[in-house]
Amino acid sequence: MKVLVAVKRVIDYNVKIRVKADHSDVDLTNVKMAMNPFCEIAVEEAVRLKEKGVATEIVAVTVGPKAAQEQLRTALALGADRAIHIETDERAESLAVAKLLAKVVDEEQPGMVILGKQAIDTDNNQTGQMLAALTNLPQGTFASEVAVDGDKLHVTREIDGGLQTVALTLPAIVTTDLRLNEPRYAKLPDIMKAKKKPMDMKTPADLGVEVASKVSLLKVESPAERKGGIKVASVDELVDKLKNEAKVL
Amino acid sequence: MSILVLADLHEGQLAGATAHVVAAAEAIGGDIDVLVAGEGVQAAAEAAAKLNGVTKVRVADNVVYAHQLAEPLSALLVELADDYTHVLASASTTGKNVLPRLAALKDVSQLSDIIAVDSADTFKRPIYAGNAIATVKSDDALKVITVRTTGFDAVSEGGSGSASIEAVDVVVENSQSSFVKEELAQSDRPELGGAKVVISGGRGMGNGENFKLLDGIADKLGAAIGASRAAVDAGFVPNDMQVGQTGKIVAPELYIAVGISGAIQHLAGMKDSKVIVAINKDDEAPIFQVADYGLVGDLFEILPELESNI
Repeated sequence: MKVLVAVKRVIDYNVKIRVKADHSDVDLTNVKMAMNPFCEIAVEEAVRLKEKGVATEIVAVTVGPKAAQEQLRTALALGADRAIHIETDERAESLAVAKLLAKVVDEEQPGMVILGKQAIDTDNNQTGQMLAALTNLPQGTFASEVAVDGDKLHVTREIDGGLQTVALTLPAIVTTDLRLNEPRYAKLPDIMKAKKKPMDMKTPADLGVEVASKVSLLKVESPAERKGGIKVASVDELVDKLKNEAKVL
Repeated sequence: MSILVLADLHEGQLAGATAHVVAAAEAIGGDIDVLVAGEGVQAAAEAAAKLNGVTKVRVADNVVYAHQLAEPLSALLVELADDYTHVLASASTTGKNVLPRLAALKDVSQLSDIIAVDSADTFKRPIYAGNAIATVKSDDALKVITVRTTGFDAVSEGGSGSASIEAVDVVVENSQSSFVKEELAQSDRPELGGAKVVISGGRGMGNGENFKLLDGIADKLGAAIGASRAAVDAGFVPNDMQVGQTGKIVAPELYIAVGISGAIQHLAGMKDSKVIVAINKDDEAPIFQVADYGLVGDLFEILPELESNI
């Protein structure tokens, strides 16, 4: 089956963010960017499905500015066969991204779509579920294990308090959680080869999707700083402070 | 304003998160209905009716809603949503699974993880692992929102049972997804999200076996046991114990971090705790920058001593 993998360009997870002085947004000028960690897991899962002979072709797709092609090249180096770049400089919210991806699903007819469960910039955790709604497909979110069983997809999900396994009809939408796999690193020869793999360019207008959202970002602030406290010298002192100063014991 | 709150269930019973979501609904203002959807959920509906501030409890009790799968639950909510200006759920794995699907079916955006209500259309929510707080305004006719429970104090139980309970007779079809099994961690300890005290271990615990060192302290304090992502990634403990950006968000009265260095993504899950204690052998560990009380030393010596002193 064909597997579609969506990836997002986000701030590198090691970077400490700064809020802009005018509080309009987070300042991303000259900040190191990378593929969203959950999307790396999504790409890895697709590659493993291909190695198992379940997937026959992997198509990577992203919605974002021109620079997001870097992340598509990374996906191609990791094992995707071709890529689709939907270029926009607008702030595309989850619903708009899901609408764009739904158009791609319509064109490509994949047997499975794998996405990260959330992007570490907006922390929304929405796009996969929304894509499932718009394509009228079942969803296996927060997956820690994915197995094709005949015409069904068994997805083990990380839920509050444990694990839940559901069986979904195919095609299906899967979003990845941390323990699904451990992504590999791209090898240099594969990075070179990825430069020659095909990449289609599209715009939201080509797909007939309006990116503008009814949600406006009014303000971005730094959270209240938590002040560091004191160091205690012993367990006795700690217990004393917790009992008599903090009064939490 | 009329608000529908999707109740959270835990093994068929009303989960504590619901009382926090009702509090968020009260902050928005208006009539508050609670939807209890599942199979055999009459007791949960009665518990929801006791929550102060609830006008009406609507019960969809049918096998198709068992285990609160996203496909049937979002289809049910689509049928009910036209009666409301807001649909709220907790940012639990159920709320996060179901509400974005509802939002897309209604062609509206969803606001995730709100921590404050500025007005009926303007909310605050953390972004970038809580390293920034965004104020967002929704102009959608229907606001679909998940609520971070630590942002709102739970409403109390009136005990009067004043809210009416009525059955919802909408039964949707679901041929796309089916429940196979659930493996829930069995524990006598309080649930991580609602515990007054949380003690968490990190990579410094060394291995999964050593997490037993936390048991005695947790028993004495009535604490839940958590873990950092590093400890989960290292395979010491299961992922449902993870506290952090990608795990549980907690804000207990007392949080004890043991052998946890304090990566940004862990701090995102616990820095709103009232009192933070850090135990770590590295006195430069970033966890000490947010800890009210830090103790530098070998956790294998400190933990047994702490257990006997409290």
